[in-house]
This record gives sequence, structure tokens and C-alpha cells, in this order.
Amino acid sequence: MELLSGGEIVVRALKDAGVKYLWGYPGGAALHIYDALFQQSDVQHILVRHEQAATHAADGHARSTGEVGAVLVTSGPGATNAITGIATAYMDSIPMVVISGQVPREKIGDDAFQETDMVGISRPIVKHSFLVKDATEIAATIAKAFFIAGSGRPGPVVVDIPKDVTAPNHRVPYEYPEKIKIRSYQPTVKGHAGQIKRAIKTLLGAKRPVIYSGGGVVLGDASSQLIELARSLNAPVTNTLMGLGAYPGTDDQFIGMLGMHGTFEANTAMHHADVILAVGARFDDRVTNTTDKFCPSAKIIHIDIDPTSISKTIAADIPIVGPCDRVLQELIDQLGCSDDSQDESAITEWWTQINEWRDRHGIYTKPRHDASEGNIIKPQDVIRSLFNVTGGDAFVTSDVGQHQMFAAQYYLFNKPRRWINSGGLGTMGFGLPAAMGVQLANPGADVACVTGEGSIQMCIQELSTCTQYGLPVKIINLNNQALGMVRQWQDMQYSSRYSSSIYEDSLPDFVKLAESYGHVGIKVTHFDELEEKMAECFSLKDRVVFMDICVDRSEHVYPMHVAPNGSMRDMWLSKTERT
Amino acid sequence: MRRILSVLLENEPGSLSRVVGLFSQRGYNIDTLTVAPTEDQTLSRLTLTTHGNDRVIEQITKNLNKLIDVVKVVDLTEGPHIERELMLLKVKANDLQRAEIKRCVDIFRGQIVDVNAHAYTVQIVGNSDKLDAFIQAIGDADILELVRTGVSGLARGEKSLRL
Repeated sequence: MELLSGGEIVVRALKDAGVKYLWGYPGGAALHIYDALFQQSDVQHILVRHEQAATHAADGHARSTGEVGAVLVTSGPGATNAITGIATAYMDSIPMVVISGQVPREKIGDDAFQETDMVGISRPIVKHSFLVKDATEIAATIAKAFFIAGSGRPGPVVVDIPKDVTAPNHRVPYEYPEKIKIRSYQPTVKGHAGQIKRAIKTLLGAKRPVIYSGGGVVLGDASSQLIELARSLNAPVTNTLMGLGAYPGTDDQFIGMLGMHGTFEANTAMHHADVILAVGARFDDRVTNTTDKFCPSAKIIHIDIDPTSISKTIAADIPIVGPCDRVLQELIDQLGCSDDSQDESAITEWWTQINEWRDRHGIYTKPRHDASEGNIIKPQDVIRSLFNVTGGDAFVTSDVGQHQMFAAQYYLFNKPRRWINSGGLGTMGFGLPAAMGVQLANPGADVACVTGEGSIQMCIQELSTCTQYGLPVKIINLNNQALGMVRQWQDMQYSSRYSSSIYEDSLPDFVKLAESYGHVGIKVTHFDELEEKMAECFSLKDRVVFMDICVDRSEHVYPMHVAPNGSMRDMWLSKTERT
Repeated sequence: MRRILSVLLENEPGSLSRVVGLFSQRGYNIDTLTVAPTEDQTLSRLTLTTHGNDRVIEQITKNLNKLIDVVKVVDLTEGPHIERELMLLKVKANDLQRAEIKRCVDIFRGQIVDVNAHAYTVQIVGNSDKLDAFIQAIGDADILELVRTGVSGLARGEKSLRL
């Protein structure tokens, strides 16, 4: 058997785990591993400018491909800088393995230089973590880490490795386990047959059904099954923020995103539904509004791979634990051979009602631009223009705030894994590094990072990483010179007292900033030049383009749930109109 | 409602902190907690008592099961079971009190496990109610210190929690 040092084993095990790209940042405790990386070419390391970006980039890779993202950081500050990205991945169930260097074994607990208890600090935000105590354990531990991260409900796994365990002078036999079995970890692979039967009966008996699908359908690659089931039931489908793209955004049966900034028709249909089929969704507080008032007449069928998601905030009438693709397939199969049949006239009536709600739209189906307000650019129109120019087929990453909601509402995603955003944790600074991860994993694809002048400044240093590795992402900066979503809340709930949400004259010249990194900067100030400049942006295939787009500063995101104490159907539809 | 949960746990460094962390992270209560290795050295058995409504207990059980290091979880309070807790209690014992405390210990089938001129150390084993009752019963005595192990328990009959 081949003898390798601990550092070499780390790199070899990553390769055997299928890692092509490793995002990271070197430092003392990780140097043996970095030296091993230098001496091979199977695993490409990408040097970011801040460890947070390494985790977001690996996250973007994972979201866009379904593969497990890989990160390498050093101990202490390297590890703590990675924490935000790990928490982001945890909240959205993204498969990721983070390898962190640690101080040598005999120094652990001594408050050594750059020591931090990484396993302890990361404990509440990982699916699992390991501290490797011996070089002979590295390969098996990394294999386990990848297995845990990518199976069941995915999530981040931390592997903390003390420096002396990776030392070059200590060589041990290398063996990567072919099969991994963990006696205490056996994710469910199949839904309960009896529950599936009950679900079929309930679905066929429904007069006002809604399918509410979430990120689990994207992560579980169950999009085609979702579409087939929705078609055969002729049921309206709403996607959560995390589920966008799982059901085609331009399809007639799609009634838009639901929740705090969901469409009028999606939220109203949910409220009046008699049966809700929740698939890979978790009844998040940004969806349900006040839980006591949530969908009063609905029977709830809930499919999820994670039993803890079921009946956590909203009690399920028919819980089904299992992988979304498998359970949906079983539903489809059994639907075909059921003796029951749908009340078609009730479904037709339901669609008539939904289409009526659709016509009373809470989001704008026509351009938002109003000539009477001058040549000002509405942020919604920027997203519409992005959709047109990219043919609706780009990977779109986003940061967090108004721009994120506009992108979710107006870019109609027709495929899963195209919409990449931090839904659960709401991490500003996610967009640009995530876009790098997407771009590297999908060379040649159009990758747009929709951001704002607030979020982009949280990881803007990564423009340098884009230069070094030639990652031609397109940055669509909706510049309203303020923290837009904060300001919106301050308008609505704090009598427009803009406490620390305005940048005044402190913003950089983003065009010059982009140029200083060797990129192209384009400033857009007038509505009539928007489409043309957007097209110019995407015609520059091999360049990073920073589109600094000055948008209407007063725009709010609507619809917006009335909170607190509102139900699903209680929404503001504009600054003055509410349901 | 009070529940006794029994957990088989991989005997790995950090596994206990994951269990304890879960409770603080999700705002669940731990009333007592006891843990030690089992006859199989790779496994620890942990018994904890908690309280909450059915929804909370269901979430606790599911979240415990979700931890990678947790092999099995059972709610002992769902069926007939035996529970025991051990208490050591040091109590001032002078003159007349000595006889009174001794009588009380006998009634509760406890033992005096250490004696000196001014104090007894008493050991009582039983379910938690019995231990509480003993503390009540010696109400007038001056308790110097008291330590309880927390609850351990097993299901009655042949039912057993094992791999």
C-alpha cells in the first residue's frame, strides 16, 4: 500500500471524493496541506481574498451542480471567517465539506497562536464535524464527511485537522474506503406506503389544491417528478424563494413565489386552499406569516426527507418522510392506478378563481417604467431586462435585500439550480463569491450576480479573485444609494426615520473600482439606455462586467405580507393599497 | 409533561456536547442528565428528563435522532418503566436530631454512609418523587449539601434499547 504523509492524504482523499475545485486560503496550520496541493494537479485550489468567500464560492458550486462543495482554511481566524458561509450553507441545506487546519495536537487547549475551537464554534451550524487525531484516520474521515454532507438532507461538514497530523515526515498507508457505512446514520430512502395512499386519496378529493414546493425539490433533483404530478393533477404550483426554478416560472400552472413578498395569487390561493401538498418546504416564518392564521381550511400533506421539518411550525395531517424524487414518483405511479377520481368541475372553478386573482396582480406584468416620472429606472425593469437579454437561461446569484426579492419576482426561472441565493440565513456578501463558484463549475454559462451597493461591498474584494482565475461574472448592481430593504421597513414601520441606512456621498465610483481590477465598468442612469447596455454587458463574454445601475431610490418591494398578526392573504400591494 | 428519554450515543469525543448543544440551541429544557459508557465500550447511554407539550417532545426526539452520533432514542415514559435516581445528602446531626434523622432514613430505606460527630451523610435511591419526599420529610434538619445523579431508567419486561 502506498505510503503518504497526512498532508498528501488530505489532497488525495479530496481527489478520490471527486473534488475538482478547492476554495481556500492558506495559513500556518494548513501549510503542510498547501505544500501537498502544490505538488499535484488533480485538485485545483482557488485562492480567494477572504475565507467567507471561499465558503460562498463552494456553496455556489454545490447549488449549481448538486456536487459537494469543498473548502480549505487555516486555524483561528481562517476558521472563524468561514463561519458565516458555513451557517449560510447549513440554513439552506447545501452540501459542503470544510477542512480547517488546527494547532498541533499537543497545543490544543493552550490558547496557542491562531487556535480556536473550530468544532465547538461550528457545532450549531454544521450537519456534523470531526476532529482528526491521527494521520491514519484522515482518508476515512474525509470520505465520511463527503458522504454525510451529500446524503439525506444535505449540509455542511467540518473536518478539523491539527497541523502535526499532516506533517510531511510521518507517512502512513493510504486507503480510501470504497463503501461508507455509519451505523448511526441511515437517511430514509423511501416514503411510507400507507401515507402515500392516504395522500393520493386526499389529493384526488381536493377541490382547491395547491402544490407548495421548496428548496428540497431543487436539492433532491425532483423537478421532473414535480412537473409530472402537477400536470396530472392540474393543480396550481407555488415555489418558495429556495424552490424557484423547480417548477417552470413561465408555465401557466405556476402562480409565482409565495410568502412575505410572494404574489397576490399565490398567497391568496394558499389561504383558500382545501389541500396543500408541501414538498421539500419547511413552512418558514417568511412563508407562513402568523402561524395561527395559516391556511385555515387546508389539509396539509407534507413530504420532506428530514422528519424534524415536519410539524415543526405547522402540523401536517399526512406526513411523508422520504426523498422528494422518490416519494413524488410513488405518488405519480399510484395516481395512475387509483379508483378515485378528481372533481373536475371543482378544479375548473378553482382555476377560474385563481385567474381572477391573477388579473388583480400585486406585481407588475407590464414594464414598471412610467414616462411621467422621467427617465428614471425602476429596479423591477432591470431584472426584466436581464431576463430578456439572457433569454431567461442565466445562472442568477443574488445578495440580500430588495434586489434579491425583485430578482426572485421578475426573473422567471424555468430550470432548477439556476437561482442561487441565501434564503435561510440571508447573508449579504453571498452573491459575488457564489457567482464565482457557479462560473467555475459552469464554464461558458451566463452568470449574473444581482446585488445592491450595500451587499456588494461586503465581499467586493473578490473582484480580484475573478481577475486571477478569469471568472467572467456579470455584476448587476441595483444602486439606490441606501440599504433598500432596511429603508423600506423604516418607511413602513418607523415613520421614515432612516437610521443608518443611507450612504450619503460615501459610495465609491464602481466603474473605476471595477476598472482598477482590470474589469469593465458600465454605469447606467437612464431607462432608455438600460436594454442596450445590458446587451453590451452580456456580449463581453470573457470579461467581468460591473453594471452600476442607478435605480429609483423610493421603490418598495410589493406585495408584502402585513405583519405582525397577518395571515397569508393579508398583503400590502403598493404603498397605499392593501388587501 | 415530564418525559424520560434514553439515548444510545456513539462514545466519541464531542458527542455529549452535541446533545447538550441541541437543547440550548432550540430552546428545549433539560431537567436532569446522566451519561456513562455501556457494556459495549463504543457506546454511551444517556438518560435525560425533560418537559414540554407533545409537539415539543416530538421535535426533541426527532432532533436527537437527527444527530449523526445518536444511534437510538426511546421515550421511556411511553410505556411501563423503572426509574431510579441516587441522592447523597449531608445533614447536620446533633444530639436529639441524630435519632430522628436515622429513623427517617430507615423509613425511606436509605443508608447512612458516613458519620461524624456533627453530621450524617445519607444515601437514598429511588424515583425522583421519593427523593423529593425525603427532603420534605427531614424538613427541620439542616442540609449542608446535597447531590443527585439525575434519573436513569429502563423499560420494564424484555424490551431493550440496543443495537
